[in-house]
Amino acid sequence: MHAAVITFPGSNREGDVARALKLGGARVSHAWHADYELPRGTDLVVLPGGFSYGDYLRCGAIAGRAHIMDAVRKHAAGGGLVLGICNGFQILCESGLLPGILTRNAGLKFLCKMQHLKVGRTDTPFTRLYRRDQVIEVCIAHGEGNYTADAETLKRLEGEDRVAFRYCDATGDTNEAANINGSLNHIAGIYSDRRNVLGMMPHPENLIEGLTGGTDGLALFKGLAA
Amino acid sequence: MKARVTVTLKNGVLDPQGKAIEGALKSLGVEGVASVRQGKVFDIEVKAADKAAAEAILRQSAEKLLANTVIENFKVEVL
Repeated sequence: MHAAVITFPGSNREGDVARALKLGGARVSHAWHADYELPRGTDLVVLPGGFSYGDYLRCGAIAGRAHIMDAVRKHAAGGGLVLGICNGFQILCESGLLPGILTRNAGLKFLCKMQHLKVGRTDTPFTRLYRRDQVIEVCIAHGEGNYTADAETLKRLEGEDRVAFRYCDATGDTNEAANINGSLNHIAGIYSDRRNVLGMMPHPENLIEGLTGGTDGLALFKGLAA
Repeated sequence: MKARVTVTLKNGVLDPQGKAIEGALKSLGVEGVASVRQGKVFDIEVKAADKAAAEAILRQSAEKLLANTVIENFKVEVL
């Protein structure tokens, strides 16, 4: 597994996600937003968290239109894997690779805390080492994670079982209080129609070692490299 | 020529910033504010032969970047 992590001006999690990918067993290259091509032999493109372009205009709006994104769209169209975390998810929505948009958290606050998620389908390269409906604890750190889409898109996402993760409580219950940022249907992450593109707001790359709080995120990176 | 693109949230889209501003206006004692929706204004200097060409450039700008039509509407004006 050869992963290419793309850095935009204002990305700040590229080092952490590269570390998680390596721990999972992947080989990691880095690419820059102004590049026109992905590194040769890229299997997986990773768009890291951060504040690309200072969140100007809308989160991910300018990065979503960067030169390298043409190469990412081409990679995805050919069935290549793409993972966007936090700002990376926002960029995927703005670039047209995933439907919908992430808007301001319903409670207006920037949320930086541990959060439980319920895992959706597990027949994808991203979640194959989890169990369906498994409750995992990772962390969130975002001000604009409130997933919004039109009714038709939402119906399609649910109908095609494309919700990858949902916000829930420690028991896996998706009650209103557990929907931390007000996302439609508690959506924390979604797949593209071919399930080769995953965007998620939470940070699995933070939870890869017991020393730093937990290992529930590691299975995602191990699954990708498996 | 001088032009303006105004981007506003579609009806029904939650606008927590607008709600917060609405609350602040009320707490300042400004009476008569029923509701607030926050939007964006882009003042753009356009190089175009005529108004129709300018409007086409503005629409293209809005569709390609300035507005996300999942949640936003836009209006173009040559001033």
